[in-house]
Amino acid sequence: MEKINVTMTVNGKEEKLSVEPRTLLVHALREHLDYTGAHIGCSSSHCGACTIDMNGKSVKSCTVFAPQAEGSEILTVEGIGSPDKLHAIQEMFKEHHGLQCGYCTPGMIMRSYRFLQENPNPTEEEVRFGISGNLCRCTGYQNIVKSIMAAADKIRDEANVEKKEIA
Amino acid sequence: MIPSAFTFYKPDNIDKAVSLMADFGDEARVIAGGHSLIPVMKQRLTDIKHLIDLSGINEIKGIEITDNQISIGAMTTQVELINNEELFKIAPIIREASLQIADPQVRNLGTIGGNVANGDPANDMPGLMQLLDATYKLSGSNGVRDVKAREFYEGAYFTVREDDEILISISFEAPSGGYAYEKQKRKIGDYATAAAGVILKVENNMCSSASIALTNLSDTPVYCNKAVDIILGKEIDNNILTQVIEACVEQSDPVADQRGPVEFKRYVAGIVIKKALTRAIERT
Repeated sequence: MEKINVTMTVNGKEEKLSVEPRTLLVHALREHLDYTGAHIGCSSSHCGACTIDMNGKSVKSCTVFAPQAEGSEILTVEGIGSPDKLHAIQEMFKEHHGLQCGYCTPGMIMRSYRFLQENPNPTEEEVRFGISGNLCRCTGYQNIVKSIMAAADKIRDEANVEKKEIA
Repeated sequence: MIPSAFTFYKPDNIDKAVSLMADFGDEARVIAGGHSLIPVMKQRLTDIKHLIDLSGINEIKGIEITDNQISIGAMTTQVELINNEELFKIAPIIREASLQIADPQVRNLGTIGGNVANGDPANDMPGLMQLLDATYKLSGSNGVRDVKAREFYEGAYFTVREDDEILISISFEAPSGGYAYEKQKRKIGDYATAAAGVILKVENNMCSSASIALTNLSDTPVYCNKAVDIILGKEIDNNILTQVIEACVEQSDPVADQRGPVEFKRYVAGIVIKKALTRAIERT
């Protein structure tokens, strides 16, 4: 089958690839571009382990064909923090034990990342509704919710400190 | 899971998309949000040789409101429906129903056009469009035509849409009165075990207008005309409500599946209809 050229920006870097049109975005990211942060869980748009940010929205990258992502801005878990400098959400998942086996974590982190921009000051119920497209079979969600609530506080505090410094 | 191979097209206007559909016939399908289509392609339940992405066609995106008339482009996503404050002001039932579809990620890509045109009886928007007496605009080789939502569905995944036609927009008049969309599901992301929508108006203690529709309780969405006939012009009391619920359940025709046997679904139907009626009346 003829290949198709796809250009997208991943974590700020322009990436060009040549793929069969049927290539799923999650496979393009993992196998063609080596961004293995997005996981393949159910591959049927239920579990959310493959959640990434596409053009400022959370999407399940197992349910997007690579050519549909032509020209898009992609953000994966590799793009929000690094082992030396964790993102506030990653730090709080670590602090509050928001994971056990870790398989759902990149999807949870990426969904939380976007959710906290949509709603920086959520209630616990809003957090649960916000991550309702992400499944975790280990934690029972308690510590994930705690981590996201704590991350919301931390991000707000950091923003306040920045504001004061500028003032 | 990998679908079988296809060629990919991304036309930038509706005429080009229609002409591709006409060229390829039933070997071609359009893709909107893809959240119904891609899963069945992965399971290889469908053999699509040519996939036509509608996301490059700006003329079929967005929400237009003029006076009381609402027109929604087929490629408008669920999240755009939810976040549109103007739409919420004049047709709040759209937000209420949209928030009950799937999950946040799916609503970010899922479109109203895909939801209504797919013909899946489990989708929520077709039922909602019965309720609103919406009109679908289809564009094909022979031009553009309007079809009433109440005449669009023929069976599960069968609609009056021709192979070379593409649904481009949905329009309806802003509803007035109390409203509710009630959905019983096993978990977030699941389709309805049973769902019901109600819009009604009460004037001088009497029901002056009403609309009732059901989702996933037959092989097509159900508009409950018999129940509407019962309630219109009547004073709303428990006796009338019982008759209305019975008439709705009578018009349903659910099938047994993993969500339960027929008796259970009819029982749940009765409950969601009652809840929707009660909440709609509270909101009048």
